[in-house]
Amino acid sequence: MTNSKLLDFVKKYTMIIVLVLVLGLFAVMTGGSILLPANISNIISQNAYVFILATGMLLCILTGGNIDLSVGSVVCFVGAVGAKLMVEKGVNMYLAILIMLLTGTAIGAFQAFWIAYVRIPPFIVTLAGMLAFRGLSNVVLNGLTVSITGQVQFVNIFGGGANCYIPDFFHMGSINGLCLAVGIVAAILFVFLQLKSRITKKSKNYEVESAVAFWFKTIVIAAVIVAFAFRLAQHKGIPTVLIWVVIVILIYGYITSNTTVGRAFYAVGGNEKATKLSGINTNRVYFLAYTNMGLLSALAAMVTIARLTSAQPTYGQNYEMDAIGSCFIGGASAYGGIGTVPGVIVGAVLMGVINMGMSLMGVDANMQKVVKGGVLLIAVIFDVVSKRGKWIAKN
Amino acid sequence: MAKILLEMKNITKTFPGVKALSNVNLQVEEGEIHALVGENGAGKSTLMNVLSGIYPHGTYEGDIVYDGEVCEFHTIKDSEAKGIVIIHQELALIPYMTIAENMFLGNERGSKFKINWNETNDLAAKYLNVVGLKEQPQVLIKDIGVGKQQLVEIAKALAKNAKLLILDEPTASLNEEDSKALLDLLLKFKKEGMTSIIISHKLNEVSYVADKITVIRDGQTIETLDKATDDISESRIIKGMVGREIADRFPKRPKNIVNDMGEIKLEVRNWTAYHPIYSERKVVDNVNFNVRKGEIVGIAGLMGAGRTELAMSIFGKSYGDNISGQVFIDGKEVHLNNVREAIDHKLAYVTEDRKGNGLILSNTIKLNTTLANLMGVSKHKVINKDEEYAVATDYRQKLSIKCPTVEQNVGNLSGGNMQKVLLAKWMYADPDILILDEPTRGIDVGAKYEIYCIMNQLVAEGKSVIMISSEMPELLGMCDRIYIMNEGKMVGELDAAEASQEAIMSHIIKAG
Repeated sequence: MTNSKLLDFVKKYTMIIVLVLVLGLFAVMTGGSILLPANISNIISQNAYVFILATGMLLCILTGGNIDLSVGSVVCFVGAVGAKLMVEKGVNMYLAILIMLLTGTAIGAFQAFWIAYVRIPPFIVTLAGMLAFRGLSNVVLNGLTVSITGQVQFVNIFGGGANCYIPDFFHMGSINGLCLAVGIVAAILFVFLQLKSRITKKSKNYEVESAVAFWFKTIVIAAVIVAFAFRLAQHKGIPTVLIWVVIVILIYGYITSNTTVGRAFYAVGGNEKATKLSGINTNRVYFLAYTNMGLLSALAAMVTIARLTSAQPTYGQNYEMDAIGSCFIGGASAYGGIGTVPGVIVGAVLMGVINMGMSLMGVDANMQKVVKGGVLLIAVIFDVVSKRGKWIAKN
Repeated sequence: MAKILLEMKNITKTFPGVKALSNVNLQVEEGEIHALVGENGAGKSTLMNVLSGIYPHGTYEGDIVYDGEVCEFHTIKDSEAKGIVIIHQELALIPYMTIAENMFLGNERGSKFKINWNETNDLAAKYLNVVGLKEQPQVLIKDIGVGKQQLVEIAKALAKNAKLLILDEPTASLNEEDSKALLDLLLKFKKEGMTSIIISHKLNEVSYVADKITVIRDGQTIETLDKATDDISESRIIKGMVGREIADRFPKRPKNIVNDMGEIKLEVRNWTAYHPIYSERKVVDNVNFNVRKGEIVGIAGLMGAGRTELAMSIFGKSYGDNISGQVFIDGKEVHLNNVREAIDHKLAYVTEDRKGNGLILSNTIKLNTTLANLMGVSKHKVINKDEEYAVATDYRQKLSIKCPTVEQNVGNLSGGNMQKVLLAKWMYADPDILILDEPTRGIDVGAKYEIYCIMNQLVAEGKSVIMISSEMPELLGMCDRIYIMNEGKMVGELDAAEASQEAIMSHIIKAG
């Protein structure tokens, strides 16, 4: 590999390389315990809300570096409403889920209206939302904790707790057969789809990457999927919450990269005027981004209360920061128009790994925040400086 | 003979790919008003930017001798310290600050740690008096009109102890009365010993105030006319501005003869639009024009004539407020209330500002090519990426866009290639009528030729093209008919046979 090719490779896969290095570093420093099946499983369960929120946040950020500060409070509020309904009003679980999703979407649409059509800066609207819904959560809960440990079914569907795993019907002893099987099927499906797309492209004489690069990339990713599934299988299998996360990633990954709606997000963030003059309704794009953020906040709320088996007025604090941080670490541009769902997920995993690694090493929680802040700053500095090609901006 | 205050010797300034100034010489005597005239893009503003240090010493060749010494300005501050103050065409005032705050912005009275507001307002009042502006220094800029804002700019310059005042199109946005007042103010300053350089398109104003006139054309000084000894009539100045041969820079196309011409494709009647912010200002004023099938129609005019505004207001009302008038396509009246409707009626507007309004620089050629017609490559709103790639690659070949692959970001392309991507985007939208706004601005001669070829090909396919351009030779070389616009109005229409640079210019000047 020549020098410039190496540089391109490093640039393209920076965060993946960093993730591998960080994982390796923690593996050494924790004596390998970060790679234990239980810990791998925990990284998923603990960070499920981050994956979900970061995916939604990406759409907001794509529209021009706009963020949504209200998600933490909305998560708390929707969770409070849901817990109250199920526990105290005895509402049927499915109805409660529907109400929670509608509540989240309605909140999102409310904020989105002001942002998209009245053009109030998103920072202001969502800052207001952040304050208001935190307050309303307290009102709904009367400042108390509502336990949902009795809602076993709900907790099992959305949770990441002790018994929230997909039941195994293979019964292979210490290894969860279903989990392993799903992993292998997923890997095969992935290879198949990659190969199919390559063959189509080749048959039409389109440009394709070299065979070596293609097979290397495909096999590495397939191997990671299988290895990951194997690790989970060694623990208790597939956490139910992983299903939700995967669904969100697949849907939003598809929307952003393959649909006209997804295209509009990138266009608006890249150049709003040009987008408008191309006949795309830019107001609607903003509206969709923030309405959708409300919907995903509701899903994150369900995941959160299920994992913590309760709703409390303090839940969801700093969730917005986790989501925003993941996006920027995952390569989303602070000016909008650039960023991908897989990138953001890598960013979220990196944050999760750093959290987990430091916890295992017994680093003080306050110092953990310092490190996370540092990582975020460095990631964005890297993004901005590498694009400008110079350290100091022209005066 | 009076002392030479400023001498610019053999100034050469190159931008990547373009030589903006080539061996320009300028001599300004103390106490005179020196006018700089030339077509858009001739290099007048570039020259003044060199003088004021916006383009710092070292980025150009040649010497600036000011007040007897060779100067090397690295920033605007350096030139201002010498008393050279430039007032730009776009006013650089901050709307929500007061007159006094604006006047002393970056030049604050008092100490670093405490602004002396009394002194600020007091001095501001004094300078406002000098320029004859009867407003309190505490009034916000947004609350006074453009004419008064221009006076504030001049007062601001005086507050910097200006000895040489440079005004870039000072009357471009002023009405007649305000313009006259401003010019008289310059004459008054002259009596008091101030030296001024004025850049202007309005030749009647130039003849009125200037002692000497330097004509710049294509980045070169053509001549300097002296009021005392030379004829400085408008026609004499125009001759200097445009007197160049049109070489074989345009691809041949069998000229359409009126009889062969298709029926009228687009007709616009009584079109009027107002400024979106200054709602009383008419930017497009009762305009009528039409385009036939297979015809290239040009719209000539100076910067600020309202041509872009006319085009954008027609294109789905993307500019202006209170728009009135009628648009007919194929003889049927249509209402184009947004860009989508305009595109659906097979209209396309290719912007003059390809970076600002045209392209998404942070994204790929592929994405940009299909952006105005995503339906074309998608089914049920899902994009067929293979097809998209094929479309983009097809246009890349058709328009010979130079790039390794269509996956490359548009931001890395040269101006000419960017322009081609922009054209590809609108060609893919499959319009019948294309409005091309300054399609060759800032691109090199070779790419210009290619763009002309594309235009010819479009009309050969039976499409209609409206070409807005400030470069008269290209309008003369390409168009079947040329409309002339000035200050929001259509002031003339010329057939290819009768059109000449002199004819166009004199239409503009008569109207002004």
